Amino acid sequence: MTKINFLKPDKSNLYTFLYLGSFLFFISVIDVLINSFFSLNITGFLPGFLSFFFPLVLGFIGLYFIRIELSGIKQLDLLNKHINTNNFNAVLSLLIIFIILKSIPPIMSWFFIDASFAGESKDVCTGTGACWTYIKVWIRRFMYGMYPNGEQWRINLSFIALALLGSVGYFATDRFKKYLTLYYVVIYPFIAFLFIFFFISGGPVFFDFSYGIIAAILSIIIGFFIPSKFKFYYFLIVPFALYILLKYFIFYEELIELGKLDGLNWVETGAWGGLSLTFIISFFCLIFCFPIGMAFALGRRSGFPLIRYISIGFIEFWRGVPLITVLFMSAVMFPMFLPADFFIDKLVRCIIAISLFEAAYVAEVIRGGLQALPRGQYEAAKSLGMGYWRMHIFVILPQALKLVIPGIANTFLALVKDTPLIFVVGLLEIVGMLNLAKTNPEWLGFAMEGYVFAAIIFWIICYAMSKYSYNLEQKYKTDR
Amino acid sequence: MNFKLKDIGPQLMTVIAVVLVFGFFTYNAQVNMENRGIDFGYGFLSQESSFDVQFSLIEYDGSHSYFRAYLVGLLNTILVSVIGIILATILGVIVGIARLSPNYLINKFAAFYVEFFRNIPLLLQIFFWYFAALRALPLPQDAEAMFGISYLTIKGLYVPAFIWQNFNIFFYSIVAAIIAIIVIRTRAKKLQENEGKQTPVLLISIGLILILPLLSFLIGGVRLSFEIPVLKQLATTSFIYEGGVSLPPELIALALSLSLYTATFIAECVRAGIQGVGKGQKEAAASIGLTPNQVLKLVVMPQALRIIIPPTTNQYLNLTKNSSLAAAIAYPDLVLVFAGTALMQTGKAIEIVSITMFTYLSLSISISLFMNWYNNKIAITEK
Repeated sequence: MTKINFLKPDKSNLYTFLYLGSFLFFISVIDVLINSFFSLNITGFLPGFLSFFFPLVLGFIGLYFIRIELSGIKQLDLLNKHINTNNFNAVLSLLIIFIILKSIPPIMSWFFIDASFAGESKDVCTGTGACWTYIKVWIRRFMYGMYPNGEQWRINLSFIALALLGSVGYFATDRFKKYLTLYYVVIYPFIAFLFIFFFISGGPVFFDFSYGIIAAILSIIIGFFIPSKFKFYYFLIVPFALYILLKYFIFYEELIELGKLDGLNWVETGAWGGLSLTFIISFFCLIFCFPIGMAFALGRRSGFPLIRYISIGFIEFWRGVPLITVLFMSAVMFPMFLPADFFIDKLVRCIIAISLFEAAYVAEVIRGGLQALPRGQYEAAKSLGMGYWRMHIFVILPQALKLVIPGIANTFLALVKDTPLIFVVGLLEIVGMLNLAKTNPEWLGFAMEGYVFAAIIFWIICYAMSKYSYNLEQKYKTDR
Repeated sequence: MNFKLKDIGPQLMTVIAVVLVFGFFTYNAQVNMENRGIDFGYGFLSQESSFDVQFSLIEYDGSHSYFRAYLVGLLNTILVSVIGIILATILGVIVGIARLSPNYLINKFAAFYVEFFRNIPLLLQIFFWYFAALRALPLPQDAEAMFGISYLTIKGLYVPAFIWQNFNIFFYSIVAAIIAIIVIRTRAKKLQENEGKQTPVLLISIGLILILPLLSFLIGGVRLSFEIPVLKQLATTSFIYEGGVSLPPELIALALSLSLYTATFIAECVRAGIQGVGKGQKEAAASIGLTPNQVLKLVVMPQALRIIIPPTTNQYLNLTKNSSLAAAIAYPDLVLVFAGTALMQTGKAIEIVSITMFTYLSLSISISLFMNWYNNKIAITEK
């Protein structure tokens, strides 16, 4: 047996070092573990300062002893490779292990062990843990805002129906696959709009909005039959003409009145709120910001200088200002720009503002995709005799959009995360409702529970979205 | 430029459409303002504002003008943005590098941090820090001193104030040191390119930046003393710290949440940048005998920075724009002071919102111009 040099662990005394090192490491972890779970300080006999660093020093020496290269023991090599490559990494690993061990007991006890779940009033919340009763009592407000309790089935029904209709794409057979784009771009938003208009609102909220939507959808459908040479003029004139026609000449309001369901009360948008409002706003903004953004992305790449400059101006303007000032604008400045008798609902103004804002970001993302396509694609399409619109719709955009799926997903994520800002105009989605509930004199002092609850919900939504976009990216990845 | 008649049509139509929309808005705005008896103009900026702002970097009270109030808001916005950018950069770079660490635990810890903080809305995080976390801090009379000189309480963070004598001499000495360092660096670079001699630039730089200000203390008559905050009793249960600098909890909550949130994005930029440098580059650098430090400094970082800077600039811009969320917790930034209080008092919606938007636009454009300049400077110069 060779002499043991404790400053240089080597393979010849492998087991001596291994047992000694593991023992020291084990002791240090156990010390912290007992300290944090059972509040026992087994190193309490040491002076305060040393007692604090004792496990770290012990663990460090232990890890130093077991850092033996090519020991031949598989687990040890793996351990060394992953958490114990050098002194610095060993200290960091120890610190992280200790932080995790230290933070588990307080978090667990706050969330579950000391938390109160039962009961209906504040009185049950006497423990040191979280008061989930608060969430339980207020859950309807957090989900539906001030929407009347008796009418909330309307929101549930609409969301369930829309979720089912939205999943049609998964079950479509090959025969119907080619209509899916049309379905998702034109028909599905229209159905969603009808649901929200008839079921959730049940009243004259979206009037002016609905003229615009119907005009846009009609003109898009007719637009498929217009020769590509005139398409540009067509889209400049027809939607506006249709809008004016619908608003002033065809008595559309009476049509809506006719189609209205009896027995549904009108719930004004001021009473909407909670998580369902987050979904409604995200949904509409998502639908609107995409085509607008696409139009401006094409505009920015256009060969016509004036159109290009207008697009650049639009994009840079919206990207340069914070959303909160845009919402301010929609709240205090926008009504000044409209005729006096022309009233647009607060929620609709919000949706327009957020859509325009996010459209600028979508435009930049799509432009990135358009620029990334090789010139050959454009030239090949042109050499086949395709016009501008045909080339973009069938050759360029499908490829460009595939490229920018992650970017677009990020923009949509940002959109969902931006919805709480609508508190500026007085609409209260879930974060706004939390702030309202927090100031209720009966339930003071539960801000933490509320925010943690909302954070968990948002985290799940956003994390699921980002994972889904990653899957989408993998699915549409094509080798080029 | 080849002039084609068929190009004019679409452009003219677009311009006419844009002009029509704008004309419609302007006309309505005029009519509406006439009906309500509001006149348009920026004259109100010089009027007395008669409202107070809780926290301001420059002297301000109700007797100052609206323009002064605007400046107060702007400076507060810039203050929180600068603090946020510095903290977010430091944290983001550390986390970004940690994401690439071979150490499994550190790697996962950094990944957890990134996934956790960037999937929660910023506004929620601000509310959390301000209404939930910072409210758990002790009252001024119960606060324990940190290092004996500063106090973290529910009413804010109190830190000692620096009291300078002959501050300008100290300032000039630092400027002189920086100029000297720049001169020496350029000379050293030239020397290396021409004669291959290496100068210990880092040592000289550190020496200069330490010695010159030290000289200003010894010879220049600069004096520095600290004013430590002292607890003072206002009423039987109401205490406050006097002296020193107090940072309001709004500022702390805002800076904290802005930097924690933005750092996740910067971390991803840093990770992408370092991963973007080809493995062959590092191997080639190592094979010509560079030390690991030299590989990082001379080969990896210059290339990684080119990938890192453009998206990071975007994050800085986002942070500056996100600082406007201050209005939610009543930190007196530009939006709260100007687009909030001033607008409420004057009712001049169009003027005030347009000034606010224009200010943010120019802030964004100036940051992006600066970063573009920097980006061009370090870009590959192809011959």
